[in-house]
Amino acid sequence: MLETFASGSDSQKSDSSGPISTSSEWTFELIQEYDCAISELAEEFGLDTYPNQIEVISSEQMMDAYSSVGMPVGYHHWSFGKQFISVENNYQRGLMGLAYEIVINSNPCIAYLMEENTMTMQALVIAHASYGHNSFFKGNYLFRSWTDAGSIIDYLIFAKNYISRCEERYGLDEVEAVLDSCHALMNYGVDRYKRPYPISAIEEERQQQEREEYRQRQLNDLWRTIPKLGEGTEETQEKRFPEEPQENILYFIEKNAPLLENWQRELVRIVRKLAQYFYPQRQTQVMNEGWATFWHYTLLTELYRRGRVTEGFMMEFLQSHTNVIYQPGFDSPHYSGINPYTLGFSIFSDLRRICENPTDEDRRWFPDIAGSNWRETLQFAMRDFKDESFILQFLSPKVMRDMKLFCISDNDKENEIVVSAIHDDSGYRQLRENLAGQYNLGNREPNIQVFSVDTRGDRSLTLHHTQYQRRPLGKETTEVLKHLHRLWGFDVHLNSLNGDEVMASFHCPEQGRDRQEGEEESMLIPKPI
Amino acid sequence: MSYIIDRRLNGKKKSTVNRQRFLRRYKAHIKKAVGDAMNSRSIMDMDKGERISIPTRDISEPLFSHGAGGHIERVLPGNKEFTTGDRIPRQSQRGGDGGGGGASDSGEGVDEFVFQISQEEFLDFMFEGLQLPNMIKRRLAGNESFQIVRAGISNEGTPGRLNVIRSLRAAHARRIALTSNKRRVLRELEHSLDMEERKDSALRDQRKIEAIKNEIIELRQRISRVPFLDDFDLKYNLLIRQPKPRSRAVMFCLMDVSGSMNQATKDMAKRFFLLLYLFLQRSYEYTEVVFIRHHTSAKEVDEEEFFYSRETGGTIVSSALKLMRRIMRERYPASEWNIYGAQASDGDNWNDDSSTCHRILIDDIMPHVQYYSYVEITPRDHQALWEEYESVRALFPNHFAMEQIVDVQDIYPVFRQLFSQKVTARC
Repeated sequence: MLETFASGSDSQKSDSSGPISTSSEWTFELIQEYDCAISELAEEFGLDTYPNQIEVISSEQMMDAYSSVGMPVGYHHWSFGKQFISVENNYQRGLMGLAYEIVINSNPCIAYLMEENTMTMQALVIAHASYGHNSFFKGNYLFRSWTDAGSIIDYLIFAKNYISRCEERYGLDEVEAVLDSCHALMNYGVDRYKRPYPISAIEEERQQQEREEYRQRQLNDLWRTIPKLGEGTEETQEKRFPEEPQENILYFIEKNAPLLENWQRELVRIVRKLAQYFYPQRQTQVMNEGWATFWHYTLLTELYRRGRVTEGFMMEFLQSHTNVIYQPGFDSPHYSGINPYTLGFSIFSDLRRICENPTDEDRRWFPDIAGSNWRETLQFAMRDFKDESFILQFLSPKVMRDMKLFCISDNDKENEIVVSAIHDDSGYRQLRENLAGQYNLGNREPNIQVFSVDTRGDRSLTLHHTQYQRRPLGKETTEVLKHLHRLWGFDVHLNSLNGDEVMASFHCPEQGRDRQEGEEESMLIPKPI
Repeated sequence: MSYIIDRRLNGKKKSTVNRQRFLRRYKAHIKKAVGDAMNSRSIMDMDKGERISIPTRDISEPLFSHGAGGHIERVLPGNKEFTTGDRIPRQSQRGGDGGGGGASDSGEGVDEFVFQISQEEFLDFMFEGLQLPNMIKRRLAGNESFQIVRAGISNEGTPGRLNVIRSLRAAHARRIALTSNKRRVLRELEHSLDMEERKDSALRDQRKIEAIKNEIIELRQRISRVPFLDDFDLKYNLLIRQPKPRSRAVMFCLMDVSGSMNQATKDMAKRFFLLLYLFLQRSYEYTEVVFIRHHTSAKEVDEEEFFYSRETGGTIVSSALKLMRRIMRERYPASEWNIYGAQASDGDNWNDDSSTCHRILIDDIMPHVQYYSYVEITPRDHQALWEEYESVRALFPNHFAMEQIVDVQDIYPVFRQLFSQKVTARC
C-alpha cells in the first residue's frame, strides 16, 4: 500500500507547493489530493496503516451507520431500529449533530465522510480516521490479538444470512427472543484471556455444521442420567461443574445450556463473537480517540507549516479541534464525564513534549522517556497498552494540573464526601491510580461469573457476583436474570458476595412463589418483555 | 492510493427493516396511540403522521450494572477550590448523585421514548385488520394502467435486454448445426490419413497423403469460418405491457343536515365520512365520492359545501336515498363500480317517510351496493328509522351494517366494528 502511495504522489509533490485548495467546497479530486498529502506526511511520521477506503455518504446514511454500530452489514433486530429512531429524532430536532466520521476496524479500513462537511472538515476526518484510528487499529496489541480486521466483514455477512435463515425457519419472534436475551448478556460474552483465531465466512459456515453435531454429543454426556455400569455408589465426592468459575457467561450457555436448540446456540455464538470484536474498542477509548486526535492535529499543523493549507483552513480546523477536546468542569451543566478525546489528546501531546522539551519534573517522573525520540515513544505507548495501563503509565503531573483533576471518595458509610486527592505533589500518584481504575472494565462492570450447576438435581445455575468496594448490583438485575433464565431453561440464582458473605441473592423464577406446572417450558416461549 | 467511493447514491433506508421490527414489537403501544389520536384530531389532519410515545421502561434493554451504594472513588476535572481532605456534605440521597459526577450510571433519563411515525405507517396502523366487505369487482375500463411483465424471449430488442445465456446457446447450436457435416468428413479424412501413415513406408502413397492433408486444412478453415456469434443468434428478453384491471369504487356519503342535527353531531358525521374516505382510498386505486346532503330535499354537493355549508331545514331521509338511486343509475352502473353507501343521521325523520326509505333500500339500492353502513348519531332512544333499518339488516346481513355513535370517542371503535374482518360463511 505504501509503495503505491509513494509512486502515486511523487508527481503531486514536485509540482505543487502552494495551498491545495482555497475554497471550502470539496470535490472528489480535492479529497484525493488532501489524502495524498496527508498520507505522505503520515508516512514520514512513521504511521503504519491498513489501506484506506474512504466513502462519501449523506446524513441519512450516517444515521443508518450509527444505528448499526457503524458496521456496514448487520443482522436485523428491533433494538437497532430503536437506536435509529432516537438518532433520527434527535437529529431532526437539532438536539445533536452527527459525528463527522465513522471508521471501521477492517482491512481495508473503511471511513465515512459526510457530504455536508466542508473541505476542511473532510481533511480533518481523513487525518483523524484514515490515518489516526487506522494506525491504531493496526498497531495496538488488543486489536492485533483480539480482532481480525480482514475477516470481520465476512463474518458479519455470515451472521446476517444465518439469522435471516433462522427467522424464515423458526419465526421472527423466536429469533428475536434469543437475541434479546443474548444482548442483555453481551458484555459477559467476552474471553478476556484466550485469543480466538480468525476464519473466513465460508469456513465459518462449514464449521458451524460441525459444531452442531459436536455440541449435541457433548451435551448428552453432561446431562446423562443413566448410571454408568460399575461406578455404582462410589460417587460420593461429586465434582463441581464447572470446575473453575466461568467469566464468559454466553460461552458457557452456548456449550452447556441443556434445552437450547442448535440454531439457538449458534445465535448465542454470533452475539458472543461480536461482543468479542467490540471488546478492544471498549478498553481503548481514551487511547484510540486521543491517538487519532493527536495525529489529526499534528498532521494538519504540519501541512500548514509547509504552506499546503491556508490560514482560513487552519482557523476552521482549530475551531473544530477545540470543540472536540473541550472538557467542561465537573460543575458545569454540560459535564457528562471525562471527555476521552481531551484526556487522550492531552496525554499524547504531553508525551511528545516530555520527549522534546523535558523539565526536571518530567525527568523525575519519566526517566526512561524524557528526552527520547518522540515518535518511537508514542508508537510504544500506542502499541502495548490499554486505557487503564496507559493512564497508569503515562498520565503526567502536568496533564493533571492542566485538567485540574481531583479525586473524591464517596463512601456510603460516611456522611460526607471526602476530597481524597487533588493535583498537587502528594496527590498525583493516587489521582493517577484512581483515574486508571476508573477505566478498568472490571471495575466499571460488576464482576459476575458462573459458579456452579446442579447437574444431578434441578439443573439450576448459580452465578456469583464478587462485589467491588461493596458496590451492589443495579435495579435491572432481575430483568437480566429473566433473560439468562430463558437461555438456560432452568432456575437461575445469583449471589452477590462481599468476601465470603452473601450480601444479596436474586432468583429467577423468584423464590417463594408457587411454581406452576410446566413453567420451565413456558419461559422458553418468547414473551413480550 | 486510498480508494475514494461515492456512496451517496446507495440506498438510504438501510435501517428500514430494523425500524419496522421496532414498530412491530411495540404494536400494542402504537395502536393505542393511533386510536387516541383519531379521537382528538381535527378533521383536516386526520391522515397526518403521529407522534408516538412509549414509556422508556417498556423498551429498555436491561444490563448488569452497579447500583448506588458502596465505596466509590471518582476522578473529576475542573477543580477550583478543593484541597485534599475537604469534606463536602452529601446532597440529597436521591437524584443528586454526589456532586454531579458519573452522570452515566443512572439508568433513568427521559420517561417517554417519543418518536414520529409517517402518514403511511399511521394509516397502516389505523386500518390494520380492517377489510372492505364483499367481493371486489374489477373490470377493464378504457384508461387502464399497464403493467410491464416478462413474456419470454424474442429475436429483436434493445441491447440492454440482451439475454446472454440464450444468445450463446443459440450460437452454439448454430455452430454445431453448420459444421456437423464438415466435421464428420474431417473425422473420416483424419482416420484415412492415420491409416495411410500407419502403413509400411514402402506402401505409403505420398501423393494421397498430401491430398488428404490439403483437404483437411481446407476443411478446418471452412469450419473456422463459421462465425462464433451471428446476428440472428442474439436473443432478447421480451417485455410486454399488460393492461391491468382496475378496481373502482364510488362512495355515497349521505348526511343529514336538518335542524335537529347540531354542530357537534355534524362534526361527528364528518369524521366518520372522512375515515371511510381514507380507508377506501387505500383499498382501491381509484375512488370517487359522491356527497349528498339532505334536509327535506336532497342535493348533490361538492366536498367544500358538504363539510362546511350551513344550510338547514326539516328532515325527509328518503329524498337522499332517491337521489342516490338516480345517480347510481345514471353514472355508476353496478356492473363496473364497487358501490358503497354511508349514511349518517340523528334518526329524526318524518314517521311515514321511514317506510319509504325501507322500500327504496330493499328494492333499488341494496341489490347493487357492496356495503351500506348507517350510523345514528344520537344519545337518545331510537326512532322509526332505526327500526326500519333493522329489518333491512335482517334481509342483507352481510351487506348492511348499522351502529350508534354517542360521542366522538365512539367513532373510531364503531368504524373498526363496521369494517373489521369478518369470517363469512362464503369464503
